[in-house]
Amino acid sequence: MVPDGAYRVGLATVAAVFALLLLAFVTSLVVQARPAFAHFGFGFLTGTKWDPVHGHLGALTFVVGTLETTMIAMVIAVPIGLGTALALAYALPRRLQAPLSMGVELLAAVPSVVYGLWGLLVVAPAVRTVLEPALAKLTGGHEPFGGIQEGIGLLLAGLILSIMVLPTLVAISRDVLIAVPHEQVEGAYALGATRWQVLRRVVVPHARAGLLGATTLATGRALGETIAVTMVIGNTVSFAHSLFAPTATMASVIANEFTEATEPFHLSALVAVAVILLGVAILVNVTARLLVRSVGGRQRVGLGVA
Amino acid sequence: MNAASAELPPSARLSWRRLAPVALATFGFLIAACSSSSSSSSSTTAPGSPTTQPADPYAAADLKAPAGALTGAGSTFDQPFFTKAFYAFNQVDSGVAVNYASIGSGGGIAQFQANTVNFGASDVPMSALDISKATAGQVLQVPVALGGVTLSYNLPGVSTGLKLSAAVLANIYLGTVKTWNDASIKSLNPGVTLPSQPINVVYRSDGSGTTYIFTDYLANVSPAWKSGPGTGKSISWPAGVGEKGNEGVAGFIKQTPYTIGYVELAYAMQNTFTTADIQNAAGQFVAPSLAGVAADASQKPNVTPVDFSIVNEPGATSYPISGYSWALVYQLQKTTTTGTSLVKVLDWLTHAGQQQAQTLDYVPLPQNIQDLARQTLLQVTGPDGKTVLLTTS
Repeated sequence: MVPDGAYRVGLATVAAVFALLLLAFVTSLVVQARPAFAHFGFGFLTGTKWDPVHGHLGALTFVVGTLETTMIAMVIAVPIGLGTALALAYALPRRLQAPLSMGVELLAAVPSVVYGLWGLLVVAPAVRTVLEPALAKLTGGHEPFGGIQEGIGLLLAGLILSIMVLPTLVAISRDVLIAVPHEQVEGAYALGATRWQVLRRVVVPHARAGLLGATTLATGRALGETIAVTMVIGNTVSFAHSLFAPTATMASVIANEFTEATEPFHLSALVAVAVILLGVAILVNVTARLLVRSVGGRQRVGLGVA
Repeated sequence: MNAASAELPPSARLSWRRLAPVALATFGFLIAACSSSSSSSSSTTAPGSPTTQPADPYAAADLKAPAGALTGAGSTFDQPFFTKAFYAFNQVDSGVAVNYASIGSGGGIAQFQANTVNFGASDVPMSALDISKATAGQVLQVPVALGGVTLSYNLPGVSTGLKLSAAVLANIYLGTVKTWNDASIKSLNPGVTLPSQPINVVYRSDGSGTTYIFTDYLANVSPAWKSGPGTGKSISWPAGVGEKGNEGVAGFIKQTPYTIGYVELAYAMQNTFTTADIQNAAGQFVAPSLAGVAADASQKPNVTPVDFSIVNEPGATSYPISGYSWALVYQLQKTTTTGTSLVKVLDWLTHAGQQQAQTLDYVPLPQNIQDLARQTLLQVTGPDGKTVLLTTS
């Protein structure tokens, strides 16, 4: 018996199955998307019209919608998420840490349709009657805070998404922060650093690559989130000129139209949208990896001289 | 790792050779579970009832179930009716159990074209292009259910009986009538105080037969709609916001004042929504009801899969936003037993089974449409292409 060999073969088999599945998945997507790409050409990427009845299909509105909702979500979620993670890892008393951590992880287990329902039935009215009027008043109603206040739209979708990505962000960030070597932290304290200085100059720089990784994972979730976004974004095929305006994302249009796509090229176009979404996700992932590498390369930990 | 495991007794060693098949099997099972749970499937086999395949307890849930069990797939609109009706049929004739997967009309047509189900169901008949892709011969289309679409609204101060004409409705959805106190709405509702508020328009964002019937109606009554957005299950909307499903549209209307949206009749009736009276072709304002849809449908006795639209029919009591849903079957059945079961269940569904429709707020098919269904089913033959499978008593 050669345990090491068996171990290697077993692992290789599992890895190969996974790689093959991924390959089969991507291949079948591309094959099904081909008619649409062939028919609409490059215009499919730059077209803003989505009219299955008359056969004008372009995906740009959805690409922009996906990027916008993701960006809003991350702008809200990253400061809150990192702050919460820091608090959980270093600031809060020990007997609060455990229940709060568990609460955050429980949030991750809530099905996204529940977030969507909650967003549509509870948050949307609050956004319509409180948040949107307040923002409009604060900014004088200029874009991007103008237009009809309906509750559902870009802002609400971003808000709901930010809540949905928080558990991922907090849980991973907390683990990364906790993993910072104790010697470093205690050394800094020993040198007379305040708690704030320790967090800013030792803990966060040390964990920077990991925190970026957590943000990337959360971004991936925001890009692909489907049902909750579909329920609160308003599903209008037009660019949102205001945060209050409805629009659509790549995932939402697929979820909406997939089951009943019987017009010519409609189904193929929806699969083509999925291919673009996959492309965007890969792009984000690769960018994040490059960022992590560059950050890791010039990672400097210390109190600094200044 | 190697050194460490060598020190352990053999039984404690993690043997990948033993674990790998288990891991693979688990993985395969997960994939199978995912693919079958993605469609909501409903079986009509009553638990514990002595039905067809007692030997295999999973047969009823299997899309490739043995003879005696029929499989269908398609329209979500038909699903509540089918579930109840096929269950009732199984009580009458325990030899036939029908397993219907409500995966959407588009999916139903695709499954039917590939001949992986015994019948498909679609809210809109298959087009010539769809039929040309069918892989098992001549296609027959049978009307199986009748439904309507209501205009539901949330207008503080107007709790009931808002009146709308076809032209005004089209203009609201075209975005040219923008406020509730627009002169055109006022003139239809004398004595009603209409607020000077923008109209929030909501539509179904998911592709649906409900949208098809509604846009079919708008295209029928408004030239601007016909030449503009047109008719379809997913269209390019000139105004408003989209919500997913009847429940999404209904939820948005409920939460948002000054909103109007269209909701399928059965759903609106069961949830007692505030609905608008629509002016029909005879000039009368008619509240949505089963009787109104039935009156509209009875005005067009000669429905075919090509000429199937029944919106805006004449008649003083007709409710004008109505439409049929269709079952799809192949004319030539590969086996006599399955084919016989299929025509038997569909014939029952379009006749005696229509009683089940009424209890679920579907409109029973008019007599002439029931006759049409039977005539169509009488064309279904066995493998020899000659033997008619349907026996009518």
